[in-house]
Amino acid sequence: MPQHTPLHATHVAAGARMVDFAGWDMPVNYGSQIEEHHAVRRDAGMFDVSHMLALDLAGAGSKSFLRGLIANDVAKLVEPGKALYACMLNPDGGVIDDLIVYYLSDTAWRIVVNAGTADKDVAWMQGRLAEGGFDATLTVRRDLAMIAVQGPNARSKTWAALPGSEAASAALKPFQAATWGDFFIARTGYTGEDGFELTLPVDQAAATWSALAAAGVKPCGLGARDTLRLEAGMALYGNDMDESISPLDAGLAWTVDFSDTARDFVGKAALLAKPASRQVLGLVLEDKGVLRAHQAVFTAQGEGETTSGTFSPTLEKAIAMARLPLGVAPGDSVEVDIRGKRLKARVVKASFVRKGQALI
Amino acid sequence: MSNTPAELRYTESHEWVRTEADGTLTVGITDHAQQALDDVVFLELPEAGRVVDAKESIAVIESVKAASDIYSPVGGEVIEINRQLEDDPETVNSDPYNDGWFFKLQPSDPAELDALLSAGDYQQLCEEE
Repeated sequence: MPQHTPLHATHVAAGARMVDFAGWDMPVNYGSQIEEHHAVRRDAGMFDVSHMLALDLAGAGSKSFLRGLIANDVAKLVEPGKALYACMLNPDGGVIDDLIVYYLSDTAWRIVVNAGTADKDVAWMQGRLAEGGFDATLTVRRDLAMIAVQGPNARSKTWAALPGSEAASAALKPFQAATWGDFFIARTGYTGEDGFELTLPVDQAAATWSALAAAGVKPCGLGARDTLRLEAGMALYGNDMDESISPLDAGLAWTVDFSDTARDFVGKAALLAKPASRQVLGLVLEDKGVLRAHQAVFTAQGEGETTSGTFSPTLEKAIAMARLPLGVAPGDSVEVDIRGKRLKARVVKASFVRKGQALI
Repeated sequence: MSNTPAELRYTESHEWVRTEADGTLTVGITDHAQQALDDVVFLELPEAGRVVDAKESIAVIESVKAASDIYSPVGGEVIEINRQLEDDPETVNSDPYNDGWFFKLQPSDPAELDALLSAGDYQQLCEEE
């Protein structure tokens, strides 16, 4: 039986096409995912991301727990509400999940993890808390809903929809959050556009969604969410990395912080023992067709594989992220096997569109 | 609920066929099919002059979701393709039975048309899916 978010009835009433995603019945689109995609790049769209999981971590031992748990170093978060993006690794250096950690204080943190990995993540974290005897507690917050409002007009429309929220959130820098009453407003997102991710009590979710819609924010589904994040070059757990893949091979070395050599974290030894053997770059198809995940890529330096692919609505070209041999560089010409035919693609950096502008 | 015009014939693989006054056939995909595919982004159409058998894979339609093969409803020769779809593939979604046509065939054996489904039979098939 798939789970329902607090906004499930709203999506069904809106005529959304629903699909099972990680055990949740979620909207894939409300009519046209291409129109929804354009709304986010040009104006404002919103996504129900309540299937993801918010966790609270509190206690005197919480900082040292986190410093040992994830590959990025939370010690560099000193401003209230500042967040970082990190990978949580297993002892072999493979990625258990990617997540965002918000610093509230030295003894209070908010963590957001993916829907499909939530149970695994919580079990892993609880296990490590117990094993290490840390003075810290982890609280699962299934009493919270999450709505991501994204686009150049996302913040102003959020303020229009939620009177009073502007004072609390206007000064937020990217990757920073603030509390406003029962709401947690974060200037984060998974689209490459500006915007907020709102975390709020489940019983206010439907009313908040309606208020945002009335302010001109377009409901958007998982279809658009995927084309937007791929254009922005953002990784999708399960596609672009998984437990068998090191962050160094997944284009996520920038999220691994080795600078404090005295800090040990799960998977550190494995990463140090095995430097990157792959790199992640973008592909743009020059011939006509559509790139998808798990297509073989043929380069002068050997064979690679696409990890995610789609037809980019903003660029009107087929694009993909690909794990390729070292030595391949942006500008190179490669071939991709698409249903038995070898089609030409151009290698680019894995970031195709940001703030509505094509980068390639 | 999808639209299934009564004057057309249909295949189990969700293509529709219209017999034109000159005996040629126009082929596309049904409203039911375009709804299932979601936004169409690309089509790989056959070359004019290509000779095909009934049920032979003749085209590929790519939507945001997946790629699907299109099968020729009857045997014949491709005499024209809808080039407009190269620039505006979303026409398949917005107008599947008129501007969204894929290709025209000169049928080799008009009797093969009898094997195709009527609108009623096709609708039944969709309901059972």
